[in-house]
Amino acid sequence: MLSVNENFPEYAVPGAKQHRFEPYADNGGSIVAIAGDDYAVIGADTRLSTGFSIYTRDQKKLFKLSESTVLGATGCWCDTLTLTRLLQARMQMYEHEHNKSMTTPAVAQMLSTMLYYKRFFPYYVSNVLAGLDSDGKGCVYSYDPIGHCARHNFRAGGSAAAQLQPLLDNQIGLKNMQNVTEAPLPREKALALLKDVFISAAERDIYTGDSIYILIITASGIQEEKFELRKD
Amino acid sequence: MAFMGDTMNPTPLWQNGPSPGAFYNFPGNASTIAPSRHGVQDFTAHSASPITTTTTVIGVKFDKGCVIAGDTLGSYGSLARFRDCPRVMKVNDLILLGCGGDYADFQYLKDIIQQKIIDERCVGDGLQLKPRSLHCWLTRVLYNKRSKMDPLWNSYVVAGIQDGEPFLGAVDKLGTAYEDAVISNGLGAYMATPLLRDAVDKGPLDQETAIAVVRKSMEVLFYRDARAFQRYQLGVVTAEGIKITDEELKHDWSLAHMIQMK
Repeated sequence: MLSVNENFPEYAVPGAKQHRFEPYADNGGSIVAIAGDDYAVIGADTRLSTGFSIYTRDQKKLFKLSESTVLGATGCWCDTLTLTRLLQARMQMYEHEHNKSMTTPAVAQMLSTMLYYKRFFPYYVSNVLAGLDSDGKGCVYSYDPIGHCARHNFRAGGSAAAQLQPLLDNQIGLKNMQNVTEAPLPREKALALLKDVFISAAERDIYTGDSIYILIITASGIQEEKFELRKD
Repeated sequence: MAFMGDTMNPTPLWQNGPSPGAFYNFPGNASTIAPSRHGVQDFTAHSASPITTTTTVIGVKFDKGCVIAGDTLGSYGSLARFRDCPRVMKVNDLILLGCGGDYADFQYLKDIIQQKIIDERCVGDGLQLKPRSLHCWLTRVLYNKRSKMDPLWNSYVVAGIQDGEPFLGAVDKLGTAYEDAVISNGLGAYMATPLLRDAVDKGPLDQETAIAVVRKSMEVLFYRDARAFQRYQLGVVTAEGIKITDEELKHDWSLAHMIQMK
């Protein structure tokens, strides 16, 4: 005997739409991180927006997790705030437990686990982690919102990732070029390139602009820098 | 009987349509609204949209403090239902709180905040909640509610004095939080922010100019925002303390007949 409720399919018709609360927002923002032999640079724009309006032109999206690790996070800003606060707490717990701060690869793995823990109600955040590994070499990790993690030498993330990444692929990865030889990337060139790609992205992406906040991670500490972008 | 095809699962007659000869549960009939079909999330359907709403709240920082303003109209959809809904609130001597969005949700949170302040005073150590702490607390409350898919449908403006310095921060129903010298929500984000940002960018604002530009913004909003009202509250917070005044706009529609829309 068929049960009336269970075994017949729903006859879905277009009609009255159910209005549902949307728990996610797109607050834009872009990140670029580049790793060198003995440094890592990471920059993120400072525009926080929603739709066609700008919440603020001066929002830092880089989070210093330790003396040698920085996280850049953009996307749904409320998730970013929650995720980074949780990360900072986990960093502190690790420090109290082991009497040393977490290495960048360890943070990278932990972040992946934390994102995957929320697999079925994800943090809608585009993360790029930059820092120095235990050998003092620069490293960059990129993520998807549900915890896929991969190590790279350079990476763009956020709303203008599709504009930023191809330029980095060409200029640092030396893709689609002939008669070029690979050479280590000097820090000054990485910094100049980072500013250049952001200038280009700000031209095309309305969610990227105002200024870039840059952190340069070396063995001697983290340096700060600010660079103005177009504000329209 | 292979020539008859699969009689148990026939192909549909047309795209997204019913299969011939099959039984269906049509939407809205007794079987589809039976209790067994309802998941946990349907239980919170009441918070899918706000009911009694208030419109824009604006805030601006000046050299020695902050001004915030919001009108006192509680709308019921397009009906101007309640005319005295105060929503600029003194939390303690250091914090002013302004709110836009669902008025019931604001009253609910207001009661909780006031109880927090009473509890704090009962400790009697003379310490006071500071604006950044309240801002952070609001972030967590609103984020946790949104994560339960049962949001408090508000956007808040926290203004105050943090260790002698002016503080101005915003939190919305998702828990999105930021600090800025200019904050406004709703329609005000499009119509008041340009005026306020312009004033702030021109150089250091003093209290008088800040109040003047906030008054101007409330006027602009009153003329263009169909959910705005002529009576509003204006709150000022400085190191000297908090002052909330009731204001009323002098409006003049004598020009209105010249505006022709075709």
